Amino acid sequence: MVPQSVKIVVAGGFGTGKTTLVGSVSEIPPLTTEEVLTEASVGVDDLAGVEGKTSTTVALDFGRITISPRIVLYLFGTPGQDRFWFMWDELASGAIGAIVLVDTRRLQTSFPAIDFFERRHIPFVVAINAFHGALEYEVEEVRQALKLSEKVPIVVCDARQRESGKLALIQLVHHAMSRLPAKAAPIG
Amino acid sequence: MTEQQGDEWFDADAGRLVRLYALTGGRTRPTNHQLDIATQVVTIRAALDRIDFEPEHLRILELCRRPFSIAEIAAYLSVPLVVAKVQVSDLVDSRAVMIGPPVQDTAAADRDLLQSVLDGLHAL
Repeated sequence: MVPQSVKIVVAGGFGTGKTTLVGSVSEIPPLTTEEVLTEASVGVDDLAGVEGKTSTTVALDFGRITISPRIVLYLFGTPGQDRFWFMWDELASGAIGAIVLVDTRRLQTSFPAIDFFERRHIPFVVAINAFHGALEYEVEEVRQALKLSEKVPIVVCDARQRESGKLALIQLVHHAMSRLPAKAAPIG
Repeated sequence: MTEQQGDEWFDADAGRLVRLYALTGGRTRPTNHQLDIATQVVTIRAALDRIDFEPEHLRILELCRRPFSIAEIAAYLSVPLVVAKVQVSDLVDSRAVMIGPPVQDTAAADRDLLQSVLDGLHAL
């Protein structure tokens, strides 16, 4: 039997600790792969004569957690640059949801990621990466600053700590489950 | 032929010495549209006895004696994701590999799947 894959996206602005989080919970050292986008790859299948076309390479970090012999979880870090939205769509497609990392010193760098998941109704939790020690702001202050709905969980984590990253993942899966249509009540 | 096969076409300074699309016959889209970057790929044992594969396909068949995702195939074989997808799609068409269920699932199946993921994470 071929295992089922599930995905979780790890997003956030540059320098918020995405690769660190992926690395701390992954069972393998994070892998890097790349996607190549050429002008011609939009809507055209035949690349004959592609020599003159420009291409862009997007690097992607990811990790793996074997949940069971049947299920493998992949954690994909989003490419930092906002212009690679096409890649975000592929990462988010069919994903359980996303962890959006924020650095309280640079909240604004995580706005685009929050906006992306809100618009697509993809479940996400915000994880304040408190790797600098004490949390400088109250969680509710961060919620206000990010204009986050009450429904979006906020967790405080240290992306370097496996246990901490694991808790953020657990929060996200809980949150994703809470958004599923309610199960029919058992009879009796 | 050595286990280094393929590496002579990679130069540390210049990068890849073969145009990527030479590896996919010029195609940029897999024929199998269900393939996600996380889709699992496993080699069908009998395929390893066949001799009608290109070297780049053989590398995938060797790697996927145990299941790996498209993303892992791309990372371990140092090819872009699109190349890995096209090649895996070829192998699906020629019945040399099996692929796992699509990542997108119906909402009904999701609850059990998510519960399993949750249990697995707790057990880590």
